[in-house]
Amino acid sequence: MSKVLVIAEHDGAILNPSTAKTVACAASIDGASVDVAVFAATAGPIASEAAKLASIARVVTYERSENEYALAAIIAPQIVAVAGEYTHIFGPSTTFGKDLMPRVAALLGVNQISDIMSVESSHTFKRPVYAGSAIATVEAPMDAILVATVRIASYSAVTDNNSALIESGDPSVADIPTHTRFIEVKSGATDRPDLQTAVKVVSGGRALASAENFDIIYRLADKLGAGVGASRAAVDAGYVPNEMQVGQTGKIIAPDLYMAIGISGAIQHLTGIKDAGTIVAINKDEEAPIFEVADIGLVADLFTAIPELTEALD
Amino acid sequence: MEKILVGLKRVVDYNVRVRVKSDGSDVETDGVKMSINPFDEIALEEALRIKERGEASEVIVISVGTVDAQQQLRTGLAMGADRAILVESNSPVDPLGLARTFKSIIDRDDIDLVILGKQAIDDDNSQTAQMLSAIWGRPQATFASKFDVAGNKATVTREVDAGLEVIEIDLPAVVSTDLRMNEPRYVKLPDIMKARKKPLELIAISDLGIDQGPEIKSLMFEPPLERERGVMVDDVAGLVAALKEKGLA
Ligand SMILES: Cc1cc2nc3c(=O)[nH]c(=O)nc-3n(C[C@H](O)[C@H](O)[C@H](O)COP(=O)(O)OP(=O)(O)OC[C@H]3O[C@@H](n4cnc5c(N)ncnc54)[C@H](O)[C@@H]3O)c2cc1C
Repeated sequence: MSKVLVIAEHDGAILNPSTAKTVACAASIDGASVDVAVFAATAGPIASEAAKLASIARVVTYERSENEYALAAIIAPQIVAVAGEYTHIFGPSTTFGKDLMPRVAALLGVNQISDIMSVESSHTFKRPVYAGSAIATVEAPMDAILVATVRIASYSAVTDNNSALIESGDPSVADIPTHTRFIEVKSGATDRPDLQTAVKVVSGGRALASAENFDIIYRLADKLGAGVGASRAAVDAGYVPNEMQVGQTGKIIAPDLYMAIGISGAIQHLTGIKDAGTIVAINKDEEAPIFEVADIGLVADLFTAIPELTEALD
Repeated sequence: MEKILVGLKRVVDYNVRVRVKSDGSDVETDGVKMSINPFDEIALEEALRIKERGEASEVIVISVGTVDAQQQLRTGLAMGADRAILVESNSPVDPLGLARTFKSIIDRDDIDLVILGKQAIDDDNSQTAQMLSAIWGRPQATFASKFDVAGNKATVTREVDAGLEVIEIDLPAVVSTDLRMNEPRYVKLPDIMKARKKPLELIAISDLGIDQGPEIKSLMFEPPLERERGVMVDDVAGLVAALKEKGLA
């Protein structure tokens, strides 16, 4: 019988939607019993949110002041201390989980499986490699604890109609390291929908040519109620902040609608949008590779087409 | 700070369109262009800049793999590394085995800072830096885009989903590089000549007595589900109609 511990992602106040998707993956293991662990300074409101997630048995909170910020060096030894009860430990394949879970695995003396996209059996999974150019089926040994991250774009969140038990766990670990100290997070947070959970996303590429020109992307996005993303080229050029990058080394997303505007469609970008419902491409080059994967394509100059489209959507 | 260790992985070049072998045993790597993992080049560039600012005295590049990886190590030496270590292994080494290999070199050579790429573009694992810092019991600064040393501390800016996170760490530590940390220098011909005279040490992985940990087996590789090419519309009006038809506008 599999007993899975899912590590909740949160910002100190709010449960991140990646948790509900990681739970969906864990619950797809046959007969698995799933617990969610909340490591926080104050876990209360986060735990209440987590307790609503369908398919989980209980939420365990581990509160201590050092857990105020999600630093891997601080959280990992606490996870290791409670790992003994479990056959699997899962985290989301977000920057939070990617930072944390390999540290947990190494402390437990096991290798880790990254980016689970489907569960084949309790110890066999599929995951993308080579920027999604190949899908590998991998198998972990039965006789060791299994640590993994979940490719959240491959899963839909479980529903939130549960009322699981909330227990408070014993967070006592003798020496929590002090060698890593949080200073700040700078984010260009807006009130637009979050890229990773948005139902619609409009992305701009190098073709936008400046930060000012990106305005036409924002205006279209606001008309559609969409989140805004970008290619690496647009981020590198400083048109938009790093958290907007979509792709192999940015965010992997699965919106119902993805609009790629002035983006060529490099493999590293495409791997971030493979699971999108409908892909729309607008590019002035009819040979652009993005058209090979687009459901709807328009060959046009974006500087005339996008304002026209924004207007037409009234 | 004295010594910086940088990992260089030999991988299929990022411009190659990778294909799965027809028997599903692996991806096709025969006759394919191989390069230094792009993130590792950034790691080496950062180490060289730290040394050039006078904040470190030696940059050592290391690769774990077949003898072919000497080519990537020579490129690293041509970029400016002082010496190279090839830990030879004919079978692939999982991240935990890699981390343990690096740790044994850290202990042997008294390393003060390790800079690795945040992921290798072949297996896309993104694990080795985190694992190494875990078994070394030192700070990890993953997905870094900015790294400033001040004495025995460093301030690191990390690219995270929420934006840019700044942390302070004590040294020694392990850093993993994101794409925007720097732009690696180009190698010049005279440097390639000079690099031939720099030391490249060969060690068999078996001589290090590394326990590689429980193996994760790759059972099979398959091509991804391809998305089908859709329809082309003639103009914005056509696009609006197509979006409306799908209930997306
Ligand atoms: C290790 C590695 C990791 C990477 N990770 C990522 C990643 O996570 N995400 C990512 O996006 N990239 C990533 N890349 C980069 C990727 O390879 C491409 O370089 C990048 O995606 C290109 O961005 P782009 O499409 O905006 O620019 P370009 O490739 O330059 O394309 C611009 C497009 O705009 C079109 N265009 C120009 N002007 C107009 C106009 N007026 N109207 C309409 N169309 C116009 C052009 O025809 C062209 O198709 C990575 C690369 C490496 C090596």
